[in-house]
Amino acid sequence: MSDDGAALGRRLRERDLGAAPAALNLLESTTAADREQAAALLAEVSPATLGGEAHAHIIGVTGPPGAGKSTLLSALLHAWRSAGLTVAMLAVDPSSRRSGGSLLGDRARIDFDPADRGVLIRSTAAGERLGGLAWATRAAAQALAAAFDVVVIETVGVGQAETEIADVADTVAVVVQPGGGDVLQFLKSGIMEIPDVLVVTKADLGQLALRTRRDLSAALRSLGSRSTEVLAVSSLKPPAGIDELVAALERHRGSLDLAARRLAARRASALTDFALEHGESGMRAIGGRRAAEELLAGQDHGLEVPALVRALEEQMA
Amino acid sequence: MANMSAENTPRLPERDRPWMMRTYAGHSTAKASNELYRRNLEKGQTGLSVAFDLPTQTGYDPDDELARGEVGKVGVPVCHRGDMSALMDGIPLAEMNTSMTINATAAWLLALYIVAAEDQGVAQEQLQGTTQNDIIKEFLARGTYAFPPAPSMRLIADMIAYTVEHVPKWNPINICSYHLQEAGATPLQEIAYSMSNAIAVLDAARARVPQERMAQVFGRISFFVNAGVRFIEEHAKLRAMSILWEELGRERYGVSDPRLLRFRYGVQVNSLGLTEAQPENNVQRIVLEALAVTLGRGARARAIQLPAWNEALGLPRPWDQQWSLRIQQVLAYETDILEYPDIFEGSKVMEGLVEELLEGARAEMSVVAEHGGAVEAVPYMKAALVDSHRERIRRIEAGEQIVVGQNRFSESEESPLTADAEGGILVVDPAVEAEQVEQVKRWRSGRDQAAVDSALADLAEAARSEDGSQNLMIPTIAAARAGATTGEWSRTLREVFGSYRAPTGVGEATAAPADDTLSELRGEVARLQETLGRRPKILVGKPGLDGHSNGAEQIAVRARDCGMDVVYEGIRLTPAQIASSALQEGVHVIGLSILSGSHRELIPAVMSALREAGVSAPVVVGGIIPDQDVPALKAAGVSAVYTPKDFDISSIMRDIIALVGSGAGREVLAGGASANGAA
Repeated sequence: MSDDGAALGRRLRERDLGAAPAALNLLESTTAADREQAAALLAEVSPATLGGEAHAHIIGVTGPPGAGKSTLLSALLHAWRSAGLTVAMLAVDPSSRRSGGSLLGDRARIDFDPADRGVLIRSTAAGERLGGLAWATRAAAQALAAAFDVVVIETVGVGQAETEIADVADTVAVVVQPGGGDVLQFLKSGIMEIPDVLVVTKADLGQLALRTRRDLSAALRSLGSRSTEVLAVSSLKPPAGIDELVAALERHRGSLDLAARRLAARRASALTDFALEHGESGMRAIGGRRAAEELLAGQDHGLEVPALVRALEEQMA
Repeated sequence: MANMSAENTPRLPERDRPWMMRTYAGHSTAKASNELYRRNLEKGQTGLSVAFDLPTQTGYDPDDELARGEVGKVGVPVCHRGDMSALMDGIPLAEMNTSMTINATAAWLLALYIVAAEDQGVAQEQLQGTTQNDIIKEFLARGTYAFPPAPSMRLIADMIAYTVEHVPKWNPINICSYHLQEAGATPLQEIAYSMSNAIAVLDAARARVPQERMAQVFGRISFFVNAGVRFIEEHAKLRAMSILWEELGRERYGVSDPRLLRFRYGVQVNSLGLTEAQPENNVQRIVLEALAVTLGRGARARAIQLPAWNEALGLPRPWDQQWSLRIQQVLAYETDILEYPDIFEGSKVMEGLVEELLEGARAEMSVVAEHGGAVEAVPYMKAALVDSHRERIRRIEAGEQIVVGQNRFSESEESPLTADAEGGILVVDPAVEAEQVEQVKRWRSGRDQAAVDSALADLAEAARSEDGSQNLMIPTIAAARAGATTGEWSRTLREVFGSYRAPTGVGEATAAPADDTLSELRGEVARLQETLGRRPKILVGKPGLDGHSNGAEQIAVRARDCGMDVVYEGIRLTPAQIASSALQEGVHVIGLSILSGSHRELIPAVMSALREAGVSAPVVVGGIIPDQDVPALKAAGVSAVYTPKDFDISSIMRDIIALVGSGAGREVLAGGASANGAA
């Protein structure tokens, strides 16, 4: 049996957070019946139905292992909840799929009150795709954005991870620990896109943290980026810099043309999904990538991803 | 050791004095445990070994939410100076040698012991005994930690600095290799990790005591080791440890006095190898293991406690423990082992074994050193232990390692030993918990609150002191005197130090080589995934305060190897946390593990939390669960119960996959929890 996707979508639209776990079960499912219901769910939370973009701030947080992401997220979670904001966190676990299964350990590292119904944490395995983003994470973020105030997507890695995450997040924050030379090199060499916010953790380490922050700022300037803020935080007791980070994330979102960014993201996602489903031959059948982009540009701006994919598929026939 | 006695006689001129004989004991209340201790001493036991309950070990009062179901279960609750006085009532502390299995809260329990001695008119200088106080192995294997690594190490160093001046006959720490073996360590790992641990402790202490005291400090460090049934190799392990220890003292800490360089150890022999099937066989295992630590004079234990034959079934009764004490007494008083010099001296086999272990241990110690020492290497060591343990289980499953009565020779007559109504174990009266909750409330209302508040404020200030310049033992003893409780002491420090979750070791565990069974299970999981639409997802949870996570870790790793997505959050979860995780993660099945005997209270609590959250995923339970408790768990909604006799994890996995497939495990209820969100 399949859950009623449309009903779940309506509940999310009404900000009923209790609908979220079942909605995620549905969005993660690959059976044909569930996929159909998932599309119905997403239609209920599409900009067209909502009468505008979903209200949440979708934030991507990424960085190398050991950079202190979990501790930072615990502190951020606390700050957002204190401000009365509801938060959904999608933790994408990088653990190897060699054996088929995954150990999802992220949840344990985030400190939160289990009785707090304003927080949802969901772990998924990075799974079959490169780039760190789980298959259903994008759809999940879009659906939850209608119900929660903040949706965080946490991934591990530097390089491709933040590129993928940029396809769905409004704001991408890259987390670096003091002395984290990789990120600096990746930035300089262009392996890594310039993030919206750079966070240097473990500011309690003092000089080393200061120097890392200075090096990153210098690198950004030399790359001609003026808008990326570099912040130093310490999640140890007493935490420092967390309120400033919350403010910086909000500033970034305020500076965005949100509708344009999300529209571009939906189109990019539709292309990715189509290519995954039908491969290069499918792409050729609809006249190539360029033609596909043009076709998407002609669609209603309020359509959700599955509707856009359907529009491309109709072109194949 | 040159003990060639004169005149060509192979005997010692005088029979050696026996080692100290203890029984690890305590349960229900301070009063009940005191009666037990007195009886044990009358039976010829020569030292005390106090088992504390889990709330006391982890720093919670009996009325704390986390203490639920755990009060008085695996040991005695000691909440304040009144409890400690009752526990030691009528036992002369000036003469007694008391070993306390206490770690995160060791400073606090030692303070209560000092205050209880004051009440008897005994000065702290006279006290003899040991606080286990080894936090690294808690992170690695036992799980009763309370604070993050750095402040935990500071507490240990403070205790060492304090006792070496003021309680000179006290062993402030027992470096434990015992629990490493229980967690799956090979002899080589046991040596290397415990020695690395000792280095971390001694280095921390070196920063807190005057240089001229270091030799004294070195001399007060003792070990708590394990001995398995391969008793020849186990004996070699102890000889290797004494060689390494002496080397370490001379080379790293500049100790030259041979008395201070002696490797001193107490022992509790192996519990991991004790079986639930045909439990009477455990008696012979225990005897052989005792030989490992007594046979050779060159590395003989100073103190021994033996487990009881029925540990894999539940809590041992006084009679079961008496049997184990009598084993020690027969060894010491009836056999001739105490009449000879070291019987292995000159043995090529023994020397070869020792050499082999030394070489391997030194190499592994340098790996730990490369990680930055034992504290930094906790995640590395934890993952290595999870791997070793998995290998051990694999060998038993495959029949490569024979366990009599379990994977070989398993046909058996009905055992009269377990025929009584309770199944041959001790059952703690559930009324104990309520009684303790009332008792601590009365205590709090009857004391000078202002004095307690002020003592706790001093404690907080000392904890905050820059670079730990103030020794925490001083305000800790003052708080004990003022009547503070275990929970208050711990909470004060948690507020300054923060709390901590140790690494689970499962994320790093290497993938298992695919054998036929595993391939078959993976196939089943893949088929199930197609039906479900999602990869089967399991939540492995440890409710309560029990830190024995080896079983849960092995289930988590195997479920992953079978192809499932596994949510494992480590130890010490409340029923609310488990329910919240199950709901939010959308798991298909839940596995719970409890070894502390608190399943009667905690499992039904988890089941009702799950129902309240609207989770319908089936639940299986593993742990030390007596047969007679199974019907109640099933009635509470548990689908299956696994105990130590279910050693074949593959077949547990097969059951779990079938359970999910049977449709009982069709996800979280549609629509999730009730319709009211957080808004």
